[in-house]
Amino acid sequence: MTQQLVVHDPRGFPPKVTGKQLAPRLEALDGKTLYLVDCLFDNSEVFMEQLKGWFTEHLPGVRLKGIKPRESWVDDPQMRAAIAADGDAALLGVGL
Amino acid sequence: MALEEACVPTVAIHTHVFARLVRSVARANGMPTTRQAFVPQPVVDRSAAQLRAYIDGNDPISKRPFMQEIVEGLTRPLDDADRHGVTFARETPRLLDAAAADELHAQFLENHWTDNLPIVLPTEERVAQMLAGTSRKPNEVVGRMRPTFFREYWEFTVEKVAVNAVMAGARPEYLPVILAHAATGQTARSSSTNSFSVTSVVNGPIAKQIGMGDGIGALGPYNHANATIGRAYNLLSQNLQGGSVPGDTYMGTLGNGYNYSSTFAEAEDRSPWQPLHVGHGFTSEDSVVSVFFGGWYTHAGYGPRETWQEKFRHSLAAAEHYLPPLLIMDPIVARGFVDLGFDTSDSLARWLAENSWVTARE
Repeated sequence: MTQQLVVHDPRGFPPKVTGKQLAPRLEALDGKTLYLVDCLFDNSEVFMEQLKGWFTEHLPGVRLKGIKPRESWVDDPQMRAAIAADGDAALLGVGL
Repeated sequence: MALEEACVPTVAIHTHVFARLVRSVARANGMPTTRQAFVPQPVVDRSAAQLRAYIDGNDPISKRPFMQEIVEGLTRPLDDADRHGVTFARETPRLLDAAAADELHAQFLENHWTDNLPIVLPTEERVAQMLAGTSRKPNEVVGRMRPTFFREYWEFTVEKVAVNAVMAGARPEYLPVILAHAATGQTARSSSTNSFSVTSVVNGPIAKQIGMGDGIGALGPYNHANATIGRAYNLLSQNLQGGSVPGDTYMGTLGNGYNYSSTFAEAEDRSPWQPLHVGHGFTSEDSVVSVFFGGWYTHAGYGPRETWQEKFRHSLAAAEHYLPPLLIMDPIVARGFVDLGFDTSDSLARWLAENSWVTARE
């Protein structure tokens, strides 16, 4: 009979996950302030500019505001606070 | 997700290759139904017209119009899943079910718990022997680690570090050095597309006590302690942080050979300069591990010949500004710089800093 071995599990200990709810959605975008967040990845500025162009053409009633974090890949609480202060919604983009 | 918590409805836009990763991140943050939209990869180097075509086209994951995903993501009413998220606990058992050695090797390989090279199975006996290499208690928490900043931290104990040290083929006397690596909290298996790695340097008496290599081939596979300590650091990084699996917890585009092992001791006896750790406030009798994050490209061969200044300028100009370069020298080369007037390593570092400026555009 083949010898049976008992070995250790090599993995660490993950944290408990606590459920969080999404923000309530808007009934419509018309008349709302939408932040376009350029996450500063290569060429994301060009992408967000094109996204702005789409809204201007197709949903002109949406108020658009562009914003950037202070650094790429670093949380920017001040930027988030600015969006939460007068923004109704946000789009974040885009990587690679 | 932080914006959602601040009551701002949000859609995050990603390239399609990140679909699996961003969904697992959303789930691990308790918000698995986070609204996402995808465009094809790449965005880098695409023209404005090409990017506009992405926007006018279909989301490559959902196959629906991209802008429909965006608009609906902001306006589609919440359902029960959106309102509650998910709450769950994940358990890591101490031991696996008993099995034959071949089956266990296959299990470790299939679960991405190895570096795809053969490992030493971490039996209870071997782990107990490894733990004899430290005075720390097995259940003492060493620290936390994660593959990138937007993922959750996983926690680990002395015993879990010892398990990975056994797998790497390390000896018990290496464990204090491996624990020091783990205690940095710096992963050697970053998930960045840049394929980063970590190179580490060991200073102080312990390097000689455990037989680390600081001479010929110190950075290569020629010394048991160097090779297995570096391998242990990489294995524990991937296993204790929650994985390093391509497409999920690893996105390095090219990968990196330094992710197998990249650890060595400084040749303190032969260097003309003070040891690295002494320059950072430790005494020569302290044993210290220093880790250097980066390692995604290597320039080599710049001794103090007539053209050393030009070569250094070119080399440093090519280095990314956000990660300081790590210079590693043979002691013979370091003595050559002393002959040129650099009586300390700091004086050479200052020269390099002052002569490697580039324009903002560069």
